[in-house]
Amino acid sequence: MTTNSLGAETVLQWLQNCAESFKCHQDELTQLDAAIGDADHGANMARGFTAVQGKLAGLRDKDIGTIFKTVAMTLISTVGGASGPLYGTFFLQAVAGANGKRALTQEELFCVFSAGLQGLMNRGKAVVGEKTMVDALVPALEALKPVGDDSLPAALNRAVAAAKKGADSTVPLVAKKGRASYLGERSAGHLDPGAASSVLLLEALQQAIQSSA
Amino acid sequence: MKKLINSVENVVTDALHGFAAAHADLVKVNFDPKFIIRADAPVKNKVAVISGGGSGHEPMHGGFVGKGMLDAACPGAVFTSPTPDQMLAATKAVDGGKGILHIVKNYTGDVMNFELAADMARTDGLQVESVVIDDDVAVKDSTWTAGRRGVGATILAEKICGAAAEAGHSLAEVRELCQKVNAQARSMGMALTSCTVPHVGKPTFALPEDEMEVGVGIHGEPGRTRMKLKPADEIVELLMEPILSDLPYRSGDEVLLFVNGLGGTPLLELYIVYRKAAEIAQKAGLKITRNLVGSYITSLEMAGTSITLLKLDARLTNLWDAPVRTPALRWGV
Repeated sequence: MTTNSLGAETVLQWLQNCAESFKCHQDELTQLDAAIGDADHGANMARGFTAVQGKLAGLRDKDIGTIFKTVAMTLISTVGGASGPLYGTFFLQAVAGANGKRALTQEELFCVFSAGLQGLMNRGKAVVGEKTMVDALVPALEALKPVGDDSLPAALNRAVAAAKKGADSTVPLVAKKGRASYLGERSAGHLDPGAASSVLLLEALQQAIQSSA
Repeated sequence: MKKLINSVENVVTDALHGFAAAHADLVKVNFDPKFIIRADAPVKNKVAVISGGGSGHEPMHGGFVGKGMLDAACPGAVFTSPTPDQMLAATKAVDGGKGILHIVKNYTGDVMNFELAADMARTDGLQVESVVIDDDVAVKDSTWTAGRRGVGATILAEKICGAAAEAGHSLAEVRELCQKVNAQARSMGMALTSCTVPHVGKPTFALPEDEMEVGVGIHGEPGRTRMKLKPADEIVELLMEPILSDLPYRSGDEVLLFVNGLGGTPLLELYIVYRKAAEIAQKAGLKITRNLVGSYITSLEMAGTSITLLKLDARLTNLWDAPVRTPALRWGV
């Protein structure tokens, strides 16, 4: 495998990393959510990716589309809250471009994630600047776009940096979507928990790609 | 954290087992996925009415499953929306051939999960309609927020729609009634204390001994303003003013006044709230022809109250009075 394609084994490693990361950062996400939401985001993400982890063994030798579909249905049926349908829809919309494939080129990965993000945004009806996960994901996707003489690890480094910057940009914002929007001005001064979990998802992929390279 | 639980992980499951044992004459509980249905479900040739939401608000919604109210309720984890697979399974379990109404409280997670469930049910050939309840005047209703939250009007809508379904109304009629109840009801709440979500282990927000949160949400979301604690009568004025000014209730209107406890407030205090709320409503020329006082939509052990006003007409009053036989509401049977 070249460093410019993402193999199914690396995808499974990504999901494994996600499960470990959300377990590790559960309390941190919950604290962020307690400040401006309802204190369930950490537990919800940990529960969802622990359930995904339980299905990984059955996904060896499967194509990436099948893996994404399993992840989508598992997240939709275990996470609850708003993040379940949102991340679930992301993976569900990513299925079409990954069906039957055991590896994705950098270009294909960009297309697959674009479709996923579009689905997520249609479901949540949020745009950049409303203090949601979209604030991390939109710049991350933009940074993932292949440039001349690119490599997948380099693209992921850019994407993670952009996601972090995007997540940080939510701190001063007044929430306009989700439960934090009920707070109005009082939501300003806090990092959005959804944007924080999106950074963790991308970091988990970054680590999986680095360790496979 | 001091709670009467065995383990944080099993809070909802343990409670559901107890609920099933206590109310076996009224309901059946399914555990995987979790949903509660009427003991006689599916009722043939009747519109089915379903609701659901996070646990921690008991008796809502499971306590309202039974003849004359809900056909099914889907409990999520504490303060977390149930998932579409639960709603889909419940929808199928109660389908009596005349369609299914989903009553959804306006929270981002609940709305998205119910949307996914309704999409899946329609793909399976079921006739599903949804109504989103958003009666909380504490939240500014604008394109700048997720919109008003669903609170007290939810159970009034569940009661009235359940009665209409029992009386043989069509899915379109039951849906319209639900929309009408939502349009004619307004609510506002306040908290004296926070609540502790079991898997978090400490209070969701810190509220000093001499302060209160006005406009609080039922998940412990901070509200509109925080201020010094006042006597009950002044607190009730703070809650009633935005309710009365939001919906143009007119002098002479008949209303249902619902004083709800958030879980940690005794009935003794709720009647103190009712006394003042009724006085204010009467001063505004409203005729309180029906009422409900008690803890029906709770926020775990939070101390506080919410007040809901629903403008009635003869049809809504008849449906409110119709027999209901559920674990938490029971009359006429």
